[in-house]
Amino acid sequence: MLQLGVAEPMRECEYSQISTRSSTPMETPYKKRTPKKRKWQAFPGRNKFYCNGRIMMARQTGVFYLTLVLILITSGLFFTFDCPFLSVQLTPAIPVIGGVLFVFVLGTLFRTSFSDPGVLPRATPDEAADLERQIDVANGSSSGYRPPPRTKEVVINGQTVKLKYCFTCKIFRPPRASHCSLCDNCVERFDHHCPWVGNCVGKRNYRFFYMFILSLSFLTIFIFAFVITHVILRSHRQGFLNALKDTPASVLEVVVCFFSVWSIVGLSGFHTYLISSNQTTNEDIKGSWSSKRGKDNYNPYSHGNIFTNCCAALCGPLPPSLIDRRGFVQSDTPQPTPPTNGITMYGSTQSQSHMAAATPLMQSEPVILTDEASLPGRTSLGGPCSGALPLGGQPTPPTSTPNLSCDNGMLPTRNDHSEAHHHFLTPEEAPSPPGMLPCGSPLGHSHTIQGFYNPASQDSLHEDSVRGLVKLSSV
Amino acid sequence: MSTEFHNLQELRHSVSVATKVFIQRDYSQGTTCRFQTKFPSELDSRIERTLLEDTVKTLNSYYAEAEKMGGQSYMEGCLACATAYLIFLCMETRYEKMLKKISGYIQEQNEKIYAPRGLLLTDPIERGMRVIEVSVFEDRGSSGSSHSSSVSSGGISQR
Repeated sequence: MLQLGVAEPMRECEYSQISTRSSTPMETPYKKRTPKKRKWQAFPGRNKFYCNGRIMMARQTGVFYLTLVLILITSGLFFTFDCPFLSVQLTPAIPVIGGVLFVFVLGTLFRTSFSDPGVLPRATPDEAADLERQIDVANGSSSGYRPPPRTKEVVINGQTVKLKYCFTCKIFRPPRASHCSLCDNCVERFDHHCPWVGNCVGKRNYRFFYMFILSLSFLTIFIFAFVITHVILRSHRQGFLNALKDTPASVLEVVVCFFSVWSIVGLSGFHTYLISSNQTTNEDIKGSWSSKRGKDNYNPYSHGNIFTNCCAALCGPLPPSLIDRRGFVQSDTPQPTPPTNGITMYGSTQSQSHMAAATPLMQSEPVILTDEASLPGRTSLGGPCSGALPLGGQPTPPTSTPNLSCDNGMLPTRNDHSEAHHHFLTPEEAPSPPGMLPCGSPLGHSHTIQGFYNPASQDSLHEDSVRGLVKLSSV
Repeated sequence: MSTEFHNLQELRHSVSVATKVFIQRDYSQGTTCRFQTKFPSELDSRIERTLLEDTVKTLNSYYAEAEKMGGQSYMEGCLACATAYLIFLCMETRYEKMLKKISGYIQEQNEKIYAPRGLLLTDPIERGMRVIEVSVFEDRGSSGSSHSSSVSSGGISQR
């Protein structure tokens, strides 16, 4: 994978061309020292970004590398060991077709893995407040406890569909959208989260995913068939065992292809069925539109015939990304609300009582962190672990920053309580293998850490947290 | 044109936003992008019903055209697939072209109709295509924008 540079170097704010989508320049002079942050660096979901926001993937990418390695090695062996023989003995079209398939497979794989699947940006604080108000009016109460799941009913083409409210994103999910717990995003037309491609499969990358598995099926069958042909042709001359000795790589290829064929061809078939009936994997598994649910149950999104459904899914217009990863964060535009299921998310047990008690004290501190200019010395911290990210104005417990483990050596002013913080694991850290911890990741990533806008400000907040915990201990 | 819009941006700083009204999506026809044409009651005193409804209907028609599945979009899809989607490095998709047109339309509507009434429409793309945000401004007396020397600064005055 590409090893990328650190966050953009500080540069003078310049007057950019004004358009409705791009940012306006910061007018106030004191902000000129602050480097402009791109929106991907402030993204609240659990995604990883590369190439300064151009590439977007899920947090766990280990299996994606496995997929890539399997494809590269098998194809590489095929082109190196089998193609010379086959192109001479049969036709040179074999490596050509194989090459085309291989390029197509890789292209669609990268496109599926690196693009935005159709993530819905979280609600701005104003929107969230407006929705809350409407819901309170509807419910007739405004109690502090978490109310029962909120739903809205909509009639789509004659079918009643329930729209669920997403507590994390603070929106009513559009029909067919779903919240991916691995990526912590609502995704439009959510199909499934595929670890093999290291990303969710949703509205914007479903066609690439389908092309990927389809072309991979063809490639696997192609390689399988021609490796067998190669071995058979050689066996005619030299005998079977000698043939195998001459081309040991073929054995490996056959094994890989044999096991892959069943799963990949099966998956292609399944998705062909889904596309022709215009359903998502999610809907199919739940049986949302199955006739078993009721006589009148039908899929309101289907266009009626298979051909139109296929065309719509594969050749229809491709909506652009809604999250504008490479845009600049505006200081005056409302930032999406950070996830408020903050306290309950932190899995470690011994710390929960501390944090639950500490946070009311914490929240009384006004957070003016966003206005602090980042000191040059501190921004260099962002290099290996560019973890501290803005997440709206809401203060979070200091223990929520998982980049503590790597910052420890770099912030000499850290007080003793930082040691205690090591025990506090966030769910982002806990399930991931050691190699996936923020320090282990390549440069330039952004992690979904509920942390502070600026690593430099952590010190002042740590002091506050010390005060807070001291108060607790005195009780 | 751009300086006038710049004034609208500064307007945000100099006057206070009293409230924001959200026009939600209308999902009755599926997942295609449509906004409710129902007139929000909070805007009754600020703008004529027909003007806002016309704006929303025009926006709906633009979005419908962007998402229309016809010959042109299929051809674009097939061509893109044939070129391994590399063609999008040089060419804009039809959807993106329509979105630019929509931005221009909203800008124009803001200047002509909404800003004179102390309202501001936000392009839905900036809100994840969920809502059309209508910001209702309260004039804070004569502290209007005085930053730039644009001609239209007088046009933003509250009626």
